[in-house]
Amino acid sequence: MTELMPAEGVFSLIWLLIAMPLAGATVLLVGGRRTNAWGPYLGILTVSASAVLGWIMLVAMMGNSPEERTFDQTLFSWVSVGDFQADMAFQLDQLSMVFVLLITTVGGLIHIYSLGYMSHDRDRRKFFGFLNLFVGAMLILVLANNYLLLYVGWEGVGLASYLLIGFWQYKPSAAAAAKKAFVINRVGDVGLSLAIMLMFITFGSIGFQDVFGAAGEASDGTLNAIGLLLLLAAAGKSAQFPLQAWLLDAMEGPTPVSALIHAATMVTAGVYLIARSNAIFNLAEIAALTVVIVGVVTMFMGAIIGSAKDDIKKSLAGSTMSQIGYMVTAVGLGPVGYVFGIFHLLTHGVFKAGLFLGAGSVMHGMNDNVNMRRYGAIRTVMFITFITFAAGWLSIMGIPPFSGFWSKDEIIHAAFEQNTLTGILLIIGAGITGFYMTRMFIMTFLGKARWEDDVHPHESPKVMTIPLIILAIGSVFLGMALLFWGNIETWLEPVVGYESKEAPISTGVAIALGLLAVGIGVLIAYLQYQRKPIPVEAPHGSWLTRAAREELYGNQVNNALVVTPTLVAAKAATAVDAKGIDGLVNGSAAFVGALSGRLRRYQTGFARSYALSMVGGAVLVVLALILVGAS
Amino acid sequence: MSRMPLIDPVLPAFTTPSINYYAIAPILIVFGAAVVSVLVEAFVPRRGRRVTQLVLVIASIVAAFAVTLDLRGTRLVTGEGAIAVDGPTLVMWGALLLISLLAAFLMAERTIDPLGDAFAARASSLPGSEDERQFAARGYLQTEVWPFLLFALTGMLAFVAANDLLMMFVALEVMSLPLYLLAGMARRRRLLSQEAALKYFLLGAFSSAFFLYGAALIYGYSGSIGFVAISDTLTAKTAEGSLLAIGLALLMVGLLFKVAAVPFHQWTPDVYQGAPSPVTGFMAATVKIAAFGAILRLLYVAFGGMRWDWQPMLWIIAALTMLVGSIIAITQSDMKRMLAYSSIAQAGFILVGVIVATPQGLGASLFYLIAYGFTTIGMFAVIMMVRNASGEATSLAEWRGLGRKSPLVAGVFSLFLLSLAGIPLTSGFVGKFAVFAAAIDAGAVWLVIIGVVASIIAAFFYVRVVVLMHFADPTEETASVAIPSAFTTVTLTAATVMTIALGIFPQWLLDVIEQAGVFIR
Repeated sequence: MTELMPAEGVFSLIWLLIAMPLAGATVLLVGGRRTNAWGPYLGILTVSASAVLGWIMLVAMMGNSPEERTFDQTLFSWVSVGDFQADMAFQLDQLSMVFVLLITTVGGLIHIYSLGYMSHDRDRRKFFGFLNLFVGAMLILVLANNYLLLYVGWEGVGLASYLLIGFWQYKPSAAAAAKKAFVINRVGDVGLSLAIMLMFITFGSIGFQDVFGAAGEASDGTLNAIGLLLLLAAAGKSAQFPLQAWLLDAMEGPTPVSALIHAATMVTAGVYLIARSNAIFNLAEIAALTVVIVGVVTMFMGAIIGSAKDDIKKSLAGSTMSQIGYMVTAVGLGPVGYVFGIFHLLTHGVFKAGLFLGAGSVMHGMNDNVNMRRYGAIRTVMFITFITFAAGWLSIMGIPPFSGFWSKDEIIHAAFEQNTLTGILLIIGAGITGFYMTRMFIMTFLGKARWEDDVHPHESPKVMTIPLIILAIGSVFLGMALLFWGNIETWLEPVVGYESKEAPISTGVAIALGLLAVGIGVLIAYLQYQRKPIPVEAPHGSWLTRAAREELYGNQVNNALVVTPTLVAAKAATAVDAKGIDGLVNGSAAFVGALSGRLRRYQTGFARSYALSMVGGAVLVVLALILVGAS
Repeated sequence: MSRMPLIDPVLPAFTTPSINYYAIAPILIVFGAAVVSVLVEAFVPRRGRRVTQLVLVIASIVAAFAVTLDLRGTRLVTGEGAIAVDGPTLVMWGALLLISLLAAFLMAERTIDPLGDAFAARASSLPGSEDERQFAARGYLQTEVWPFLLFALTGMLAFVAANDLLMMFVALEVMSLPLYLLAGMARRRRLLSQEAALKYFLLGAFSSAFFLYGAALIYGYSGSIGFVAISDTLTAKTAEGSLLAIGLALLMVGLLFKVAAVPFHQWTPDVYQGAPSPVTGFMAATVKIAAFGAILRLLYVAFGGMRWDWQPMLWIIAALTMLVGSIIAITQSDMKRMLAYSSIAQAGFILVGVIVATPQGLGASLFYLIAYGFTTIGMFAVIMMVRNASGEATSLAEWRGLGRKSPLVAGVFSLFLLSLAGIPLTSGFVGKFAVFAAAIDAGAVWLVIIGVVASIIAAFFYVRVVVLMHFADPTEETASVAIPSAFTTVTLTAATVMTIALGIFPQWLLDVIEQAGVFIR
């Protein structure tokens, strides 16, 4: 365990990182319409200020030796009941540092982009309020030093996600998608709360330091149970199988939301949770293996769904699922994979945000149409978007030297170190990634224009393109920067651990195989979509295509297994309630009401009858006393 | 043979009763102020009368309260055993004085009603007569309520301190007579008001007669009117029992009438409805405290030795009171009548605390009374403010959708209703909890079960009003809320603060009551 440093100097401001966006959210949401004029700028300012503070902290942290980079700040005792103790306390270490930078920097860029994207929306101020709320909650999540506070952030981002998916709530589909995301996330949240309770029972504490320090003393069964519950939580938040169904619907939200929350940051919270809890997963073999299985399954599901969707955002959402599948697989691999899971998380956060914002830029020019079959040849009218999207495209496929290459290659290599089968599966996944991303790229930017009649695409304003350019630069260079200049393994190693094992194949072979798979995917997509004309109406397609369009029947499975039985149970309960319990209650109410009507008649208004009743009462009282006294 | 002297040559010396004047200073201050107040009515010119009276009332009540505070820890019997100043007395004095002050503010309100205040321009003129019209047209405003208020308060203060039957009876009458008059002084709906006053007077006199007869029988039984002496006789069991049983029964009839326990409750709805709202609020809050204070002292000090005898009787009365009050309230369509039945039901709940005859029960009852008093005075403040063109809008239909029109006032009223319903975080919940807990500890489980059932029934009509105000749309009938002067605002604020404060931080008052201890013997 590394040494805990008191939060001094610039680190005494850890709380401010969180407080600024939260204050922004409060002002914007409480202030209401009065803040309409300047609200969005305040929203950008708070997040940017947090970002600047975060970068200053990074520099300060780099000045310390690796063992002295964990800072602890306790603000006050928050919940103290009996033995249960949870403080409002933050922990800033190398892992949370990179998250802080990702959240505030990418978040800041997306805030700026939203200024243009949401410029015509009447509720723009509210939108920025929610975005600020999200950033604040996400920062609580990654800066908490105990699981209960983490849970606060966890729920906070869930709330923000709900509010933002349903931001255009007048659209029934958006309202339904928000509800769906919330409900499915609740399933995961139950896992987290049970895990926290189990930790408290087992370790008598829910602080990171205490739990991880004592992890070795718990039994295997307990550790696996905690691990599996944490995995359930992670699956909910990170849209992993079997709780993946909400993410595709979540694309109903405004595109900046998809970029910030449903691609770059919130959906990676599950990966953070597992990496943060590495001390538990290192000892819980079954849980760790399950993590890998869940990750690989989701990686394939997302990739297949992404290959069939014609909706550009849903295709990207499938891709997000798939890429998070890579990260989850990586952190499931144990110490060989944690650092690379986080590494991929960072590069993905940047290039996926860029891709989403690029898609948003395209939509902005195409009257919010998301159907790629009505795109085509957009390179000719939106050059900056085209170039920046290309950077993201190459990066996500893992083409050297783009960012995604370095991180994905490291994950594949780490998988081979642990388990050859996993490695092979991840390479196949890389091939599918090449296919669906090339398909998307061709359908959108290349080929012939298949635009609807009244559409006149144009490049987006600077306030949108500048964030795109910055993210594109990140898509190109971030991987190299982190690996060669930032030494991501050694940076994260004190927190999550790192070890390298002998792999059955050499790094060079792994790279070659990966690139070969990607090349095949690109080639198939090229033959299918560049060489042949793209029909405006989707063709019938093979069974796999149809299944993928239906999101691999995830919704149907959910309906059959959960929704329908729940509805039946609910109806049964309602029937029992209405006939039985309500009948009883209403019956009693009717009885009391009738009684009331009767008793009321004795209130005649005549003083003489009142006096008579008093005499009757007096007799009653006398008799009662005499009878009791006599007995 | 020597003749026996007709008269004992040695005359028994007349000893002046020793009285600790400072200990009863609160009573004396208010009483003195009441006398002065009468003189003010007679001699101060009309223009200056209101200010003079207000200063007199507020100053005397504040002074009496200050003395009460200073007396804390006092525990003595004075006036030849007629008056007991102990912890419970002082707690009740404090509560009575504070609530009376708040009620006085309501009576002083002159902004709400465009015609002036809540009281008749000339109480003696015949309703509907030419005489009345003339006085009303001249816009006369009277100040005769103030001496009545002070006399009634004097009676209440003496009532809770009375330690023998005679003192208790005198206090009862001093308290009641001004109230009968006050009930008949409404400016609007004067016929209703005068009818209420007459009924109240007739039935009140009737009940006083019961009390007096009971007192006579008890004197016959024990040869004394002092509570301690009665108690000693009980312990010695020297006398015949049926005199005792009937005597106690008749005393209780007189007192149960005052707290509006079933079946001595029927005057309540008529009087609550007819009396001017500030008077109803004053009466509802303070008479309950005073009469229960008297019942508690009588039963605990004088008849504590035979509690096994009177507990079953009160058990029946309490159960009846809770159930009948709650049940009839359901079908009421007038706000003031509904609150009258509510006050009947509340009396039943307090009786549950009285019955257990333990220090815990005493403390719980005191807490309940104080919480109820503050909430009630607040409710009548709101009732004064909710008006239509012809005065107070007391029909429930006129409260429909009030929450949409005046969210703050409707919200405060809802708070009071929820407190009476016993919803947690309000003073009413703590009171009910304390009373029921005391009863459970004393083994009165069945009574508590009845109490809980009655609470559920009562919750229905309380919450119904909340729903009516907040979840129904206003109609054309819906009344509007008048903007009050600072007087009513102060009362309403104080009532709100106490209702919330005693709900969230009840401990300080519970501590005060616990330190007050039990009745002195």
